[in-house]
Amino acid sequence: MTQTSTTVETAQKLGILPQEYEAITHILGRTPNFTELCAYSGMWSEHCSYKNSIKWLKTLPKDGPHMLAKAGEENAGLVDIGDGLACCFKIESHNHPSAIEPYQGAATGVGGINRDIFTMGARPIAQLNSLRFGNIETDRTQWIIRGVVKGIGNYGNSFGIPTVGGEVFFDDSFEQNPLVNAMSVGIVKIGKTISATSHGVGNPVYIVGSATGKDGIGGAAFASGDLTEDSKKDLPAVQVGDPFQEKLLLEATLEVIESNAVVGMQDMGAAGIICSTAEMSAKGMHGMKIDLDKVPTRQADMQPYELLLSESQERMLVVVKKGEEKIIENIFEKWDLPCAQIGEVTEGGQLKFYYLGELVADLPAESLVLGGGAPQYEREYTEPAYFAESKKLNSQSISQPKSYKDVAQYLISHPNIASKQWVYNQYDSMVGTVNMNTNRPCDASIVNIKESNKAIALTVDCNSRYVQADPETGTAIAVAEAARNIVCSGGEPSAITNCLNFGNPYNPEAYWQFVGAIKGMTKACKHFQTPVTGGNVSFYNQSKIGDKTIPVFPTPTIGMLGILDQKTWQTGIGFNQAGDYIFLLGKNGTGDIHSSEYLYSFVGIKNSPAPYFNIDEETSLHELLKSLIRNSAIESAHDISDGGLITTLLESSFVKRTGFDITQTIQERKDAFLFGEAQGRVVVSVQKSHLDLFNSIIAQHTVGVLELGKVTNGEINVDGEKWGQVDDFINLYENSIASRLR
Amino acid sequence: MKFGVITFPGSNCDQDMIYVLKHIMQSDVVNLWHKDHDLQGCEFIILPGGFSYGDYLRSGAIARFSPIMQEVIRFAEKGGYVLGICNGFQILTESQLLPGSLLHNHHQQFLCKNVYLRVETTQSLITAGLTKGDVLKIPIAHGEGRYYADEITLKMIEENDQVLFRYCDGSGQVTNEANPNGAINHIAGVCNAQRNVFGMMPHPERCADTNLHNSDGRKLFESILKTVLV
Amino acid sequence: MIFKASIVVMPLEALLDPQGKAVTGSMKNIGLPEIQNVRIGRHITLTVDAENAEQADAKVNEACSKLLANPIMEYYRFTIEKA
Repeated sequence: MTQTSTTVETAQKLGILPQEYEAITHILGRTPNFTELCAYSGMWSEHCSYKNSIKWLKTLPKDGPHMLAKAGEENAGLVDIGDGLACCFKIESHNHPSAIEPYQGAATGVGGINRDIFTMGARPIAQLNSLRFGNIETDRTQWIIRGVVKGIGNYGNSFGIPTVGGEVFFDDSFEQNPLVNAMSVGIVKIGKTISATSHGVGNPVYIVGSATGKDGIGGAAFASGDLTEDSKKDLPAVQVGDPFQEKLLLEATLEVIESNAVVGMQDMGAAGIICSTAEMSAKGMHGMKIDLDKVPTRQADMQPYELLLSESQERMLVVVKKGEEKIIENIFEKWDLPCAQIGEVTEGGQLKFYYLGELVADLPAESLVLGGGAPQYEREYTEPAYFAESKKLNSQSISQPKSYKDVAQYLISHPNIASKQWVYNQYDSMVGTVNMNTNRPCDASIVNIKESNKAIALTVDCNSRYVQADPETGTAIAVAEAARNIVCSGGEPSAITNCLNFGNPYNPEAYWQFVGAIKGMTKACKHFQTPVTGGNVSFYNQSKIGDKTIPVFPTPTIGMLGILDQKTWQTGIGFNQAGDYIFLLGKNGTGDIHSSEYLYSFVGIKNSPAPYFNIDEETSLHELLKSLIRNSAIESAHDISDGGLITTLLESSFVKRTGFDITQTIQERKDAFLFGEAQGRVVVSVQKSHLDLFNSIIAQHTVGVLELGKVTNGEINVDGEKWGQVDDFINLYENSIASRLR
Repeated sequence: MKFGVITFPGSNCDQDMIYVLKHIMQSDVVNLWHKDHDLQGCEFIILPGGFSYGDYLRSGAIARFSPIMQEVIRFAEKGGYVLGICNGFQILTESQLLPGSLLHNHHQQFLCKNVYLRVETTQSLITAGLTKGDVLKIPIAHGEGRYYADEITLKMIEENDQVLFRYCDGSGQVTNEANPNGAINHIAGVCNAQRNVFGMMPHPERCADTNLHNSDGRKLFESILKTVLV
Repeated sequence: MIFKASIVVMPLEALLDPQGKAVTGSMKNIGLPEIQNVRIGRHITLTVDAENAEQADAKVNEACSKLLANPIMEYYRFTIEKA
């Protein structure tokens, strides 16, 4: 090989630590050339190797009764949902690209996560997303929101998969570093999945989809040392998504899998060709010989390292059964997609890359990948001072507000609580004709499984404020809330995917938050029997505020899948008709206002412990709800979360423009009763004719039950005070975000 | 009646339409491919929603030149029934099988939500089974759905009773607030002068399955099947 | 003095232009397979009130770099003439 040799300085420019460079030299038994070193820089990056998180990720519960593919085994987890079908789902972040170019950053995030699903042979049927932005009043945040929402919308709408749910949360810590987490959910017949593997000596290797450009290789290019002003112009600062191409790729991919001519397939994301060739080869315990000059390119004069690392979108690597090339080529031609053979499977585990006949990189596949030669580190962590400080808060010293109605109006208009319809109306939520929430909103998104009795329930949840307050409890709450949302909607929680958004892992206090989150998630997932099927870690999320760099609120987003064995179990959040009885189920009278939106935003106390949470009470509540729903005893169920009881009651009223007349009959501070966010509580409504049934079921459980009052035709009455009509509150709720972004 | 639903590259409501016709309306339906020249003996052609060719350039502009569209144009000119929904409507206006065109929504955003439509005429296959003034709740999902026609064309389609639906509120009042995209004269759907080609922006196939708790869209398919039987 | 500016905003050469790519692909449908490398941008016209041509140039340039073009994804060029 005549390629440029390297030094430890070159390695550092590529983000490779000196000890890592030494390890590479040891693995190869020689000094790597520049192209080879680039391969390691991509594969041993945080993004591909999970080197600073994998030790802790391994402690998460991965096994459950319905798991078909465990975390890490495939591109996404696979859960048996019965009737011969499996559900394949995953959530992934695209935070940093979205901070630079919100529109394309978010769009390519949606593209990437969908490819993860259909590369396994599953047809995506639903998408969700979880977004975090800075202060909604600043120009920068508004620019980011508009771009991100338009990017998600344009990509997902054109791709043709409905966006059925999501969450949006605002906090100053996200000012410079928004979080854009996208989730895709697919369905596949059991036994029809395809693996990201490669074997069978002589089998041809194809690259299909878009042509390769110099996308996402800036870091390596700057380290290459031969960057001129002219060649800098050739380096795209952003990747451009093409949803039209992705739609064709989806249809062609599923058709190709159906043909049985495929050995294995993987989409190309981070670290492009090197990642897909290395991971597939390592998994299948074979090698590959690849001619890089055969890769179709979009830009002229691409160097071997650029071809290896390029992150151009909408591409796949496909290993085909020898002799069946024509079948594959015909399918891609039918869909007008470029498809080129670039190499073949070889014996042994070596990846040999050639360029114009010359061997430019010669690497053991195993040495590059997570679980193989990629490094794994222990990081130190220390408890930050704010945590002990928060426990000193004496909420008795906080005085009651002058007007409870004013607080209710403040909360219902707060961007974290107000309607997000400005956002979600820009997403096609109905394509695919599976969204059962359009005309019956629920706590979780209910998606019809056509030609079966079943439906699935999906939700993304994480209150970043609770996790900041207490990473372990806050993350357990995120899992519990997801499960509660699914149970309230009529489902049975089944499994989760996670997207772990944290600060710099080399900052011990940020890492302490990460470790706490993993511990809390492990505990809660074991408790609810919802194993972690996979997901993604995003470190280095931080904002510079003044001259201080602070981590964003730690955000371990939970994407949960649940199953409704009967579609008819679907239960909405909306009150049905005047005269129905309203009950509060769960622990009452905790007097807790910790970490509530009320305490944080209205009162202005930023540092307080996580809200009240008891995981055993939570399970008892879920069991009661399942029983009530399956016996058709309740009209509606809606959990208490951000904004407390009053927000829950108002949201239940908005669906059919009813109202409520409630009285506080329990001894606790009134702000806690109305606005506190103690966990494990659900508001249900019951028809008069079902009261006996309701009471008989309640009697069989040990969950706290408090009668609050009745549904009205539109008046809002609280403790005998007349608060006006529901329409006044709807206007506040619906116009708050729209009026700021107009 | 045999339906044909065309798949263009980028169509994404084709399978939804086929599902409704086949499983809910129990009708005979085939999927037609944009590269084909054969309408396979279909008596009713549907151009589904989606983003044909990514909606690049102008919605519907590229699809209009696909091989199968040459057959659809001939079929329509001979009196064959053609319905375009959303992107299909855009393709039909680009093909000049329907008058007018569809511009970017006045608020410049993609918008997906339930809207109300008022039935304006029963002199068409898809509304014959309804009553003039009926209000239907049917969802829209588009970024370019603002119906526009020049003054002369508009006068013509109004006088010829070619407006099928107008956007309205839940009580049937046609108001600016109820118009989701700024469409001229609040027009949501039209037919051609010969009354065999129909276009509408809202998606009736998205509200034909009782599992989704709204079946207003089904009334249009029932109208087609009932009227043809008569 | 009023000047008229004619501005062309184009996607950067290094970036994929999905729209141009799809339009290129459709050329064979209209019998023009000879047409290749379609790239699609925007044409913007505006008037600007300025002392002289240099000042008009500077103002248009500012409008382009701040708003009319997204420098991360697009480049622009323009001509100015007296209205």
